[in-house]
Amino acid sequence: MIEARNLTHIYNEGTAMESCAFTDISFTINKGEFIGLIGHTGSGKSTLIQHLNGLMRPTAGTVYFEGEDIFADKYDLRALRGKVGMVFQYPEYQLFDETVLLDVMFGPLNMGLSKDEARERALSALRLSGLSEDKFESSPFELSGGQKRRAAIAGVLSMEPEVLILDEPAAGLDPGGRNEILELVANLRKERNITIILVSHSMDDVAKYADRIMVLNKGRLAFFDEPRAVFSHVEELEEMGLAAPQMTYLAQKLNKAGISVDPAISTVEEAKAEILKAFNVK
Amino acid sequence: MLRDITLGQYYPVDSVIHRLDPRTKLAGTFVFLVSLFVTKSIYGYVLATVFLAAVIMMSRVPVKFITKGLKAIVVLLIISVSFNIFLTEGTPIFTLGPLKATWEGLQTAGFMGIRLIYLVVGSSILTLTTTPNQLTGGLEKSMGFLRKIKVPVHEIAMMMSIALRFIPILVEETDKIMKAQTARGADFETGGLVKKAKAMIPLLVPLFISAFRRASDLAMAMEARCYHGGAGRTKMKPLKYHKRDFIAYVILLLYLAAMIVIKK
Ligand SMILES: Nc1ncnc2c1ncn2[C@@H]1O[C@H](COP(=O)(O)OP(=O)(O)OP(=O)(O)O)[C@@H](O)[C@H]1O
Ligand SMILES: [Mg+2]
Repeated sequence: MIEARNLTHIYNEGTAMESCAFTDISFTINKGEFIGLIGHTGSGKSTLIQHLNGLMRPTAGTVYFEGEDIFADKYDLRALRGKVGMVFQYPEYQLFDETVLLDVMFGPLNMGLSKDEARERALSALRLSGLSEDKFESSPFELSGGQKRRAAIAGVLSMEPEVLILDEPAAGLDPGGRNEILELVANLRKERNITIILVSHSMDDVAKYADRIMVLNKGRLAFFDEPRAVFSHVEELEEMGLAAPQMTYLAQKLNKAGISVDPAISTVEEAKAEILKAFNVK
Repeated sequence: MLRDITLGQYYPVDSVIHRLDPRTKLAGTFVFLVSLFVTKSIYGYVLATVFLAAVIMMSRVPVKFITKGLKAIVVLLIISVSFNIFLTEGTPIFTLGPLKATWEGLQTAGFMGIRLIYLVVGSSILTLTTTPNQLTGGLEKSMGFLRKIKVPVHEIAMMMSIALRFIPILVEETDKIMKAQTARGADFETGGLVKKAKAMIPLLVPLFISAFRRASDLAMAMEARCYHGGAGRTKMKPLKYHKRDFIAYVILLLYLAAMIVIKK
């Protein structure tokens, strides 16, 4: 569905501030997949995802969406942005309108929908986002941080994108808020079969939800594989300043202690099943 | 998208110009700007060009980077140049309806254009080679005598350094918000004036809110670290003149003298 071919991005090319965000990255993402994108700070994650809906132009290489080159001259980037939704880091800073509902209608209206249609979509996106109904008509600036975040995510959902890219949607929230946002994202895929690309710092979050994990390291694609396969490279991950999920470490410790479990487990559920199996509990 | 604004930006390389004392550079910029208004002869402009070119070369800032800053004044430049061409009395070249272009006008317009360009380039060199901190340090020191007549020099300098420091931050912030709204289908480029102005609302509202938030955070952080204005404040790196500064001053004086001599 989305294919990146030999993407390279260099900031401020040709000046003293030149810095390379990433080089020669290629991958293909299929419809309906949940991709976790992970990497140390500064590894180029935010820069990379902004190429996928044409917000940034690559220095070299290109991106194909459903077989079409999105950086070709005649390509309709605005239409693409309706299909590939992007939730930026700290999206609450983009709220601007008088009421939450109006703000969420901004995207659909830009896509050329009528007021009524935009309203319908906005309401359904807001309900999906889990914001309570009595907040729909209040000013976005009167909401709490977590509520603002929901409203901002709804602002992208209301465009009903086929692909949703989220840059650390849970950053700066308390653990409860984190889980709620991540559950919301996971639900989206279940209910609407949206393709998801989730940027995160937390291996545990990514391990829990992603079908495949993309690991960026210093501007290069280090791994792009299923979680089990990626977490089998614990040492390499640690060298990149990342860590494996806590359950993977637990499995290692158990194995060392003589209790044999699958060393590549990554979520609490898997760990539970493996441990029960090891102790022969039915 | 907005990274073309070079005014107030620092270009981090090491060069003689970068290493000069900020006071020297301030004086240099001042002298250069004054000299542009002193001279009325071709030779004066030639000398100014040579001087400017030499400084740019020594600063090791790429010319491409400096001229990028000129984009911001293109409109102003076109307006003032055409006003001069058409509104100066003298021998006509051609007429365009009620408008009459004259040779004298063309000449003044040419000088005017060069003056404007040099003005902008000259001052960008200052900011490109001096960090905002150095710059305000220099200003504070050079203007120190004003404190005797109760001008709050330190406070003004502090405000200036904060303002300068905030330019790139706000540019970056604008860029971010612009991208976020573009991702929601906003269109900042096409449409008439009214449509364009309307399109700015989703950009300006979040920008102002974030500017105010940053300002209040900064005030809080400064107070938390016991900032209470200029009295008794010492510098970590006090400004000190070196030999290169004296050489620079001598060159400056020679330049200014030459400009005054060939004034006509
Ligand atoms: N506007 C910019 N100008 C110049 N260089 C930049 C710019 N934005 C990012 N970079 C550089 O590009 C590299 C990748 O940055 P990016 O923001 O994509 O990282 P990231 O993986 O999203 O990091 P984080 O996890 O901290 O969000 C970094 O080395 C950074 O210094
Ligand atoms: Mg980032």
